[in-house]
Order: sequence, then C-alpha cells, then structure tokens
Amino acid sequence: MKGAVSGLELLRPRSLDEALALLRDEGPLMPLAGCTDVYVSLNFGTLTERRFLDLQELDELRGIEERDDVLRIGALASYSSIIRSADVGRRLPMLVAASLEIGGVQIQNRGTLGGNLANGSPAGDSLPVLAAAEATIVLRSADAERRVPFSDFYVGYRRSVLRSDELIVAVEVPRVDGAQWFRKVGTRAAQAISKVVMAAVRAPRPRIAFGSVAATIVRVPRTEAALAEGADLHEATAVLLDEIAPIDDIRSTGAYRRRVAANLLRRFWLETPR
Amino acid sequence: MPVIGAPLPEPDRQTSPTTTDDRSSSVGSRIARPDGLAKAAGTARYVDDLVFPRMLHGRTVRSTIAKGTVRAVRPRVGAAEGFVVVDHRDIPGVNVVTLIEDDQPCLVETEVRHIAEPILLLAHEDREALNAAIVDIEYDEQAPLLDPAHSDVVQKRLVVARGDLDAGFADADVIIEGDYTTGHQEQLYIETNGVIAVPEPGGGISLYGSIQCPFYVRRALAVLLDLPPERVRVVQTETGGGFGGKEEYPSMLAGHAALLALEAGRPVKMIYDRTEDMLATTKRHPFRVRHRTGVKRDGTLTAVDIDILCDGGAYVTLTPVVLSRGVLHSVGPYRCDNVRVVGRAVMTNTPPNGAFRGFGAPQTQFAAEVHMERIAEELGVDPVELRERNALRPGDVTITGGRIGADGSALEVLREAVRRSDYHAKRAAYRGTGRGIGLSLFFHGSGFTGDGEKKLASEAALEVTAEGVRVLAGTCDIGQGTRTIHAQIVADVLGIPFEQVTVVDPDTSRVPDSGPTVASRTCMVVGGILQRCAHELRERLDGLSPREYHERHGSLVVSKHYEAPPGLSFDEVNYVGDAYGTYAWACDVAEVELDPDTYQVRPLRITAVQEIGKAIHPVLAGGQIEGGTAQGVGYGLIEEVVMRGGAMANASLTNYLIPTTLDTPRIDVTILEHAYEHGPFGAKGVGELPIDGPAPALLNALRHLGVDLRALPATPERVMEAMCD
Amino acid sequence: MRLIVNGTSREVDAPPMKRLLDVLREDLELTGTKEGCGEGECGACTVLMDGVPVCSCLVPAAQAEGVAVQTIESLGGEHALQRKFAEHGAAQCGICTPGMIMAALAIDDPANVDEIRMVLAGNLCRCTGYEAIYRAIAATAGQ
Repeated sequence: MKGAVSGLELLRPRSLDEALALLRDEGPLMPLAGCTDVYVSLNFGTLTERRFLDLQELDELRGIEERDDVLRIGALASYSSIIRSADVGRRLPMLVAASLEIGGVQIQNRGTLGGNLANGSPAGDSLPVLAAAEATIVLRSADAERRVPFSDFYVGYRRSVLRSDELIVAVEVPRVDGAQWFRKVGTRAAQAISKVVMAAVRAPRPRIAFGSVAATIVRVPRTEAALAEGADLHEATAVLLDEIAPIDDIRSTGAYRRRVAANLLRRFWLETPR
Repeated sequence: MPVIGAPLPEPDRQTSPTTTDDRSSSVGSRIARPDGLAKAAGTARYVDDLVFPRMLHGRTVRSTIAKGTVRAVRPRVGAAEGFVVVDHRDIPGVNVVTLIEDDQPCLVETEVRHIAEPILLLAHEDREALNAAIVDIEYDEQAPLLDPAHSDVVQKRLVVARGDLDAGFADADVIIEGDYTTGHQEQLYIETNGVIAVPEPGGGISLYGSIQCPFYVRRALAVLLDLPPERVRVVQTETGGGFGGKEEYPSMLAGHAALLALEAGRPVKMIYDRTEDMLATTKRHPFRVRHRTGVKRDGTLTAVDIDILCDGGAYVTLTPVVLSRGVLHSVGPYRCDNVRVVGRAVMTNTPPNGAFRGFGAPQTQFAAEVHMERIAEELGVDPVELRERNALRPGDVTITGGRIGADGSALEVLREAVRRSDYHAKRAAYRGTGRGIGLSLFFHGSGFTGDGEKKLASEAALEVTAEGVRVLAGTCDIGQGTRTIHAQIVADVLGIPFEQVTVVDPDTSRVPDSGPTVASRTCMVVGGILQRCAHELRERLDGLSPREYHERHGSLVVSKHYEAPPGLSFDEVNYVGDAYGTYAWACDVAEVELDPDTYQVRPLRITAVQEIGKAIHPVLAGGQIEGGTAQGVGYGLIEEVVMRGGAMANASLTNYLIPTTLDTPRIDVTILEHAYEHGPFGAKGVGELPIDGPAPALLNALRHLGVDLRALPATPERVMEAMCD
Repeated sequence: MRLIVNGTSREVDAPPMKRLLDVLREDLELTGTKEGCGEGECGACTVLMDGVPVCSCLVPAAQAEGVAVQTIESLGGEHALQRKFAEHGAAQCGICTPGMIMAALAIDDPANVDEIRMVLAGNLCRCTGYEAIYRAIAATAGQ
C-alpha cells in the first residue's frame, strides 16, 4: 500500500558544501537523486525514512571526465549520460553495456550511478562492472574526503561503509587493460531485475565479478587465480561453483544461478581474446 | 540479433467468395475507430480521472491468513477521526457476491478462506490518513489447503464420453501418455480495478467503474444492498483493459464501494494499486491435464482419454464454466470416435481464480497440442501430417456429438500457416542452429457454451434520432473496439454512413441487458441481435433515411432478443449436442532461439493464421489477434505467478513480468474468412481464439530443439531442468 | 512551488515529496497522464522533463520546480503521433497510449522498428502486441 508523502521532509541544498553541512548538522537524512528506487520502496510502504536530502541540484556531481589515468564519473551521472559519454565508451564499454540494460529509457534518464551504489542491491547492474574495473568510490563529508576501493565498500546485504554524514561524490576508474565483458541475465529482454549479472576483464590476472549470486556483489578471487594459473575451463568452473552459493528467491533458483554463472564464465573465456 | 527492419504490414486478409457482401461499405473497411483520438489525446475519461463533490476514498482491509476464523476486528480509527467503517453487519441485503453458487461473501463474517479476503472497509477524505489507518485483526489460524491434488472439495465435476474407449485402445498400435501442467496467469490490464459509488437521493446507488459486465454488477448490488434493480444504476467508464479480469471481480469491488457510500452518504472512490490488484483479484486457473491416447501407426487417433484437474481457488465464482470450456476444447480440433474426458475443479485456500481470455481452453489446448507433437515424435510422423489426418472437417462430429458446420477451417488454417511460415524448409534448416520451429492447431467456440445464450436471452436495440441511429447495447468497449464494429454492422444494414450511427456508452439506466462482455460473443451474438434490429428498422423506415424518418415521425425504437440458430441443441446434463453454434479456427507457427548459456527462449516470430468468419473491421480484428498472441507468448514463456503460503509472492510489475517490445516477437497475421451463416456478415468470435495457440506452438518449437517441456511457463529455470536432468 | 507545465507557469501547493504524477493529475487536473503501476515499470505515466522522457510516478514534485514539464495535453490532440495511433488501431483500451506517445516523441527514425522497440521498451501495452504501435509510428515518417 502506498506510503504517505505529505509528512515527508525534503531538504534541497544548492551546493555540495551545503549538502554536506546539512548531513552533518541536520541528520539523519536520506540522500536521493533520481528516485527510481526511493518511490518503489515508498509505494510498497517499506521505506522508514522520513527526511530526505535532494542532491538533484548538485550539478558539480554530474560530470564525467578523464583525469590522467583515471576516469572519474560523478555520482549523479545518469545512465543516459554514461551511455552517451565517449570517454566511458572508450575506457569502460562494459559500463555502457550495463547502463543500456538498466530499465527502460525513462529509468536510464533518471537513475544515477551513485544511486545504484548507495542502494546497494546485490542485483545492481552497474556494480559488477565497478567491481571488475577495481573502481574507487570517493566519499566526502563536511570534514574530509576518503577513497574506498570497491572491494571494501560493501560489508553485507545492502550495507556499506558509507557513513550517515557522507555522500558518494564520484567513482574513479583506473585504466582497465584487457578485454571487457558484461552480461545481464533476467527473465525478459528488457528492464528486468537481474537473476545473474557478470562483468569481467580478460587480463593476465582476470578480474571477474558477479551480482545476484550472494548478499553483495562479489569478486571470485579463487576462480580468477585458477584461470591466471592456467586452469582449463572445466577446472575453473569447479572452483567457481565452490566459490558462490546463490539462493532461491521469487525471481529464480540457486541451481539456475549456479549453472548460468558457470556458463557465463565459460562464455566470457571463449569470447574474449587471450 | 536478426535484422528486423520495417514494420510488418497490416494483417493479410483472404476473403472467401461466400463472405462477400455487396452492400457493405463500412463492414470490412479500416475506418478509424471513433474513440481512438480521445485515447491518444489523453482526454478519454477513465474512472480514476473522475471526481465527485464531497467524494471519499475507500480502502479494503484484508485477511493476512489463508485459512482460519476471525476472532476480533479492532480498527484503531473511527468516526471521531473522520472515518467511515463498514463490516459485514452493515450489509442491508445478503452478504454474497452474486454469481453462480453464491458461496462468496462480500465481507468475511468469521471464516477466512484465502489471503487478501476482504474483512473490513474504511473510507476517509484524505487518502493518506486512510492508508495509514491501522486495524488489528485476531485470528484462529488453521492449516490451509494449497495443493489441488490433495483437495477433496470438488467445486464441479464434468464428464464427456463418446464411443467405446476400451475398443478404441484395443484398436491402437501405440498408446501414448503424458501429464501437462499450467500455472496461474495475471490478466494485467494496465488500468487496475476501480469504481466510484455515488448514493442517490431516495436510497438508490449509482456505480461508475472499469468493468466488463454492467448488468452483473447491477444484479450483485441489488442483492447485496436489498434494492430493486432499477434503483441501481451502473455506468461503465472508459476501461483500460479487462481480459476477463473485470468480468466477475468488479461485482465484489462495487459492493464494497457501494456499502461505504451508503454508510457515508457521500460518493466513494476505490482504485486498487497494482499490488492489491495482483494479490486480491482473479487469475487464470492452473490446470493439470493427463492424456492417454491410442493411435494407429499412420497417426489416426483411436482413443482419447483425458483427465483434468483445475484449481478453482477458495470460492466457486466462474470455475464451473471455465472447467466446462476447458473440457470441451480438451481434445483440440481433432476427430476421434472414442473419447472420455473427466474434468474436476477443486477448492484450495488461494484467492479465487476466474475469467481470463480463453477461459479454460488455453490450458487444455496447450496440453492437447504438446501431446500431439509428442505423438508425432513417437510415431516418426510429420507433425503437420499427423494434424492433417485427424483435423475436424465440415460435417465431422465433436466430442459431444455436435456437428462442424460448412465454415469449419482446421485444414485451411493449418495449410496456410505451414505455407506462409515456410515451416518445412525452416524445420530442416534450423537443425543444429539453436533455433527451433513448432506449430499449434486450435479452435475456440464462439459465444456462451451450450444453452447459455438462450438462457441469457440478451437484448439490444436501435433508436432513430435526429442525427441518425443510436445503438443501445449493454456490452462494453474495453479496448477491443465494440463501439466501432457494432456501428459498422448497423450502418451497413441500414445503408447509411458510419458517422450517422452512434453507440451509447453502457449505462444500465439507458441500455438493455445485452449479456456480459465475454466469451467472444460481443461481435457474433450481440452484433447479430443488432443486425436483426437493423433489418427490422430498415423495413419500418420504408425507404426513408433515419434522419428523414425522425424529421417526419419522431423517434422510433426497435428492440430484439437473442434467437438461437435453428437446430442448435445441447444437453447440459449429459454434455451431448452442439456445445457452440460455431468455432473459429487457427494455426500458430512459432520460431524461437534458445540461448545455450542462460536457457532463455527468445521468440523470433509467430505466424498466426486465424479463420474468424468475417473481419468486420480488419484492423481491430488484427489487433485482437496480435494482442492475444502477445499475451499468449507471455503465458508460454515468462509470466509466472509465484505462490507462497497461498499468496502471490511476486505481486508487482517489478517481479511479475509481461512481455515488453523487446520480448514480443514479430507477429505476422493472416485472417481467413469462411462465413458463419448465423453470424453478422458471417462473423464469428475472435477475442479469445488467439491466446489458445502461442504457448503450445512455442513449446513445440522448443521440442524441435530437443527440449522436452510439459509445463508452463517455459521459464529459463524450467528449460534448464528439462535440458540438464 | 512553481512548475512550468506545457509552457505555462503554474503555482502548486503540494508537499515536496508528492509524486509529480499526482500533482499533474490532482492539483493541475491534467488527467491524460495515467498510472499503471507506481513502480516505474509500465511507462503509462511518462512525461517529458526538459524534453527527456521520465516516469512521473518516480519524481518528487520538488524536483520538477523550474523544469519544463510536458504532458500529453501539450500535443493538443492533432499531433501526427496522435492521429496515426488513432488511425492504425494503436490505441485499443487506450490507458497506455498517452505514455506511449510521450515516449515515442524521443524516436529519431520512425521507420526503424529496432529503434522503436528500444525506445519503447519501458512502456507496457497489454492489448496490441505492439505491432499496431509500430505501424502507427512508422506512418508518421516524413510528417
């Protein structure tokens, strides 16, 4: 049932500094931007937060730019802007591939990379890309800025190291060497929540990340190591199946997710150049 | 990705000489539907677009257990906070949703039979206050019965028997058996259920709503509110899709809104949100169908033995009729002298299943057509040849002994679909490619089963006005284009321009009871009554145009009731005779691509060849076929209602998926026309036929790829199990 | 708050988190925009914000302040898409039609079905199987 909205408070800072000051002084506040997840929770009556911080005006968080060896994507960059960005297309094509499969055009126009990170769904489609690209999440509070490697960002199901006085301001992606690969598996072709999602980089030490197979996005270091050490696909698949333990839910089964994850690993290995 | 290129042309139409009507100018033309522009402009008014002065919003408080008794109901709000509260004790008449068995209460008294059963009603001016109100309900919970296979509460049992089954099996070279199962399907009209009840001076009630059957609602309200029917006025607002989901359910919702409105003395609007609509309202019945078939080596059917189990849900609602249509279509469009079909519908503690386009026939014809494919496989016979050998021809008898008329078209649709899709060449070419091709041959009885139409005795009328002629009929345009086709039929009989015929929107105070808008009957049956009205009117006009007549003599109304075609008879006790006046026939050819990594089935193309007597409006008829086919593709591949503990666990559009543009294959439609002599301009029913075929055609295409799947939907998880175990 | 809807500045007294959809339908009585799911899945509530299609069920009213919002009413009823939808039977029950048309405004090449399918993948229709919609949009080519 629809939750009430008239009692909800929305603070609308005009600058990042103002937003951070509000978070520090007026918290707790739940930041929002494209609202593509917020209203779904509100609608289902599952959102308990009453006070929100609107980041939509903070254009300084919207940019996508290349700085030396780092591709920096502002937290408010929408999927549409990521899809359109020549820099992302050149440096991180698997993020473009992921963005194209997130919702319909309407959702791509509103949803943001920072929102996908903050929402922290284990099915978040952009997240395996950031994991495989070994991105760094830039967090800022009124007092300080810190950089957290993606692998340290999530600590549990929908839980991250993001503090209540911090905002995600950007994602920094180092140069990715090696062929990039992305595949989302849903029940239908368009705008379905993923049942398995995989992003990978074919490097001397391959980097492989999965979504929807655990409580958070996961890298599979043992599988990566096996492949790096020359294991054949059969052996690598066995390692992978030992490394992930997906569950049954209303969207799919653990058995399906395991087998498809193994098939995707195989497909990635066969499709990408050595 | 295959290149898709330009849009497919409009449906191809191949008219047989018998259907040509020389006088026709509007029938058969592609005149723009008169309601199209308002819909495209956003000015068409749906129920949620209407606001009445002093209107309240209503809410239903529902059970959270599947079985048990209510010990106490304690709302934490009341009149002091501006709430109107209604429970079963406030019902002035009988606490029942009037339909067939009258076993379903409008509001729970003590016994709860399913999750989301209505217990208490609230209304308030402010929707947020309404939604925030808390009601404490205490239950004595009992273990629910959820598996139909373990239910011994039989809602309906039906048997059809013909010939000598034992002799038929003795005559067979091979006996082939199979079990086939289908799940729930959600209608998923894009406009959810909604109504507004308005109390009228003197104690009557007006009800505006998104509905298919205004007279069902009127009858239900009269009983519930203890009002004479004429004090109940039901008005259909523009309706954003129904597919059967707004056949019987709105009688429940209308009852709730009316009770609140009468208690409050103010209009009450109730619009379900998507989750409530999915949790609480009806779905397609799940079926388990067992086939045991005797065949000769050459493919001739010698014995067909079918056992059907249908999950009716917690109350009877329309289940007996759904089971009946399922049984009557269970053999498919084939002839066999020795047949036994036993159908059983049982109760479970789940929300009642109900009307959904196809009404039992998609379930049983899915089983029949996958079974036919298995027979072909077993015998090493070409699937087309097997169907050709057994297909019903004009003059053949059905399983109830009814005769197929001269318009019987099973062979024609089969041959045209095979030709048009290049079935045989592709069947060979796809081998080893990850693509598959499969077909289904099916039929659908037009109109109510058996004596249903006689009992309904539907009425429709025409009225001469200063502008021309007004159609007065109680059947609803829910998107299919009733307004347009009824006007076309009348315009052509009278020989006047289409624009001079207006169709009154259904309002029980203005139109006669033309029966429900269901069962592929609106064109053939109600259109037929209107055609007879128009013929009489033409005589009474005596050469004048309606406008001229009105100028000289004033208004004139011609009204007619349904008359059964001569010779049509059905024994409803023994299920012997003509179950339907006629049938529409179709063959679907599905082409699919299977992803070997994800087990996803991508439908590439469906070639749909459908014989419907006469396409009164080829664009609208084509739209029924394209839309029904797409809905059938969803049924076949992705639409899965996940039930947990008696409730739909994926009751949202995020989790119950229907086909988007990217999941819907290209649909190539051919309409064949073999006139039915008792249909208007030869027309038969088209609304439901298209949904019977896609699911089996898709599964047969998967079978071509070596995947032995006998359950719907063919989700990737099921395909994986079938391939890997 | 002040919204610019269909080129006209409108003053609205609404809580900041009220859905843009509800502000349009209830406060501004622009009921051409429809609700199908409230989850951003069906696209029936599609409107343009600064020319870009969004689901108005997922937009807080406050975020529409100062943004040019365009609804189906802005097309006036005689837009080529509206006429062709009506002519080709692309509007059956009609509840998805306004959102479908607002999304279709973003199509570059109406003769390219692949593009139409991509752009409209966020708009569900349960009546047509989409074919009539493709024909209607294709018929606007060159108009």
